[in-house]
Amino acid sequence: MTLPPPADSSPPVVELRDAAKSYPGGVHALRGVNLTVAEGELLAVVGPSGSGKSTMLNVMGTLDKPTTGTVKVAGYDVSALSDSRLSALRARHIGFVFQQFHLAAGRDAVDNVADGLLYAGVPLRERRARAREALAKVGLDHRGSHTPNELSGGEKQRVAIARALVGEPRLLLADEPTGALDTASGAIVMELLHELNASGTTICVITHDNGIADSLPRRVRFKDGEIVSDSYSVSPVEGAGR
Amino acid sequence: MSGNDLKPSRLSPRDILRVGAVGLRARRARVVLSALGIAIGIATMVAVVGLSESSRSDLMARLDRLGTNLLTAEAGEDHLGNRIKFPKSAVAMVERIGPVEHATATANVDARIRRSDVVPDERTAGVTAQAARLDLLSTLGGEVAKGVWLDPAGERLPVTVLGSVAADRLGITRTGETIMMDETRVVVVGILEPIELFPTLDRTAMVGFPAAERYFRFDGRPTTVFERSTDASVEEVRAVLGRTISPGDPAGVSVSRPSDALAAKAATDKGLTALMLGLGAVALLVGGVGVANTMVISVLERRREIGLRRSLGATRNAIRLQFLTESLLLSGLGGTAGALLGAAATYAFAHFQGWTAVVPPWSLAGGLAATLLIGVVAGLYPAIRASRLHPTVALNAT
Repeated sequence: MTLPPPADSSPPVVELRDAAKSYPGGVHALRGVNLTVAEGELLAVVGPSGSGKSTMLNVMGTLDKPTTGTVKVAGYDVSALSDSRLSALRARHIGFVFQQFHLAAGRDAVDNVADGLLYAGVPLRERRARAREALAKVGLDHRGSHTPNELSGGEKQRVAIARALVGEPRLLLADEPTGALDTASGAIVMELLHELNASGTTICVITHDNGIADSLPRRVRFKDGEIVSDSYSVSPVEGAGR
Repeated sequence: MSGNDLKPSRLSPRDILRVGAVGLRARRARVVLSALGIAIGIATMVAVVGLSESSRSDLMARLDRLGTNLLTAEAGEDHLGNRIKFPKSAVAMVERIGPVEHATATANVDARIRRSDVVPDERTAGVTAQAARLDLLSTLGGEVAKGVWLDPAGERLPVTVLGSVAADRLGITRTGETIMMDETRVVVVGILEPIELFPTLDRTAMVGFPAAERYFRFDGRPTTVFERSTDASVEEVRAVLGRTISPGDPAGVSVSRPSDALAAKAATDKGLTALMLGLGAVALLVGGVGVANTMVISVLERRREIGLRRSLGATRNAIRLQFLTESLLLSGLGGTAGALLGAAATYAFAHFQGWTAVVPPWSLAGGLAATLLIGVVAGLYPAIRASRLHPTVALNAT
């Protein structure tokens, strides 16, 4: 079932070598994980709660550093970077989508999406213009002036995806993106992720939902902080993901 | 790649302000309340300084107008305890002192004053009779409220001019009415405005020297001599005034400078101002604690926002700056409102008192500086706490 990465592998977006993360008190969230995510992939990191997949997201997103081992994101060795350089790395190369959306109440969709560029040194006017483009990409160009409480759950998550996308990151990390959504909205969000991947974005979805994982071309299964399987679907979708 | 190309971008000043204001816009009621604390402190301080300056400048203007070169010499008691009287020639003698430009006098007249002859003898109105020279009013800078001042004809007739308090006590509101001085019916020809330099005269009924001698068995000897000299020689004149008027008993002459009383008033105000400023400072301190409290709570409530911003690429510095800016905006808002309020209070009260309002620019600048200082001090600890939050802990906060 475990297959090697596609032969024509492009430079890896994420590269974990023997990455381990342990917390005081002997909790080992990650145990010697090796994982390479190539440019243009769409993969699921799947596992039950407590399996270490959230730690995996934090480490891949440079929000957390591994205790041992090396993590490279977009070619940068994370452990060698200071906190402010890591911040810059996140600002330019990583987009996050969270289960709870984390949208600012009282600010309209355009402003929320434009915040995705705030720390990348983009001037306000350009931030807003690019935010409108990103909203159009997620099919919400008509909702730009709506505040989060005027949007449905699915729309909120699409705004959050637009915010993650607006900086054109090398890697988009989605943490249970459908966890707070009903089935129909969840399906729309997943379809959107597929579309974005088809147009070239590297996406990593963290989920506990096997149904969602099975719909993605690559699945990395976690259990007790270790990868138990890494499989590729032999499906037409894989071609789209290169 | 080593990461040297990963230099975090700086926010533009405009973005810093926008981000700093985010937290304020979301919690308006709390913002208003915690800014209010600062506003009260600053308003108190600005108003106290403004009012004391306004009152002082008013006093100074009055002193300027009234002059500080007036000296009075009042007849006291000799070494045996008898009331002395000045010689009839006292005014002329004083005028012969070199720097003296002008001198005049009043004298106590022993006449009982009643509203009318049906008022029993024992019931006086708390008004005393004074003989006054014609140039008294101009020397003291007094003004006539109603009617006229004594003139060369009136000086010899049974007519009187009342001080403002005397008119009030006697219940006289217009000229032409009569009062009783001893058993003589006297016509009121004028009522004076309060005399600021020598308020004692406000409680008297003044008649001319010749009239006093003719009707009230007055001996013509003054009891108070007023003189104005050049400003520079006031102290020299003060030294010789007693000896000039009463060579035999200079100690029985009490010389004073009426403007000193007004100047002393300005000085006593200073003590009160310091006290009020202290109260304002305490209010400001309490306001600052309120801002710090608001900021600590704000950081606690917004941990997820902090986590999100960190994931969007905010550096620790950017987070620290955001909360520091918020604190500065909060206290700045209060400070500005307070300064406006304090200035408005000063203008309102000064207008009410008939003063010219003075709000010294340094008090506004000082208030603003204090506000900014408070903003930094109150915001620093919460801002540092916010910046030290670990991104993953912040994101998962409930």
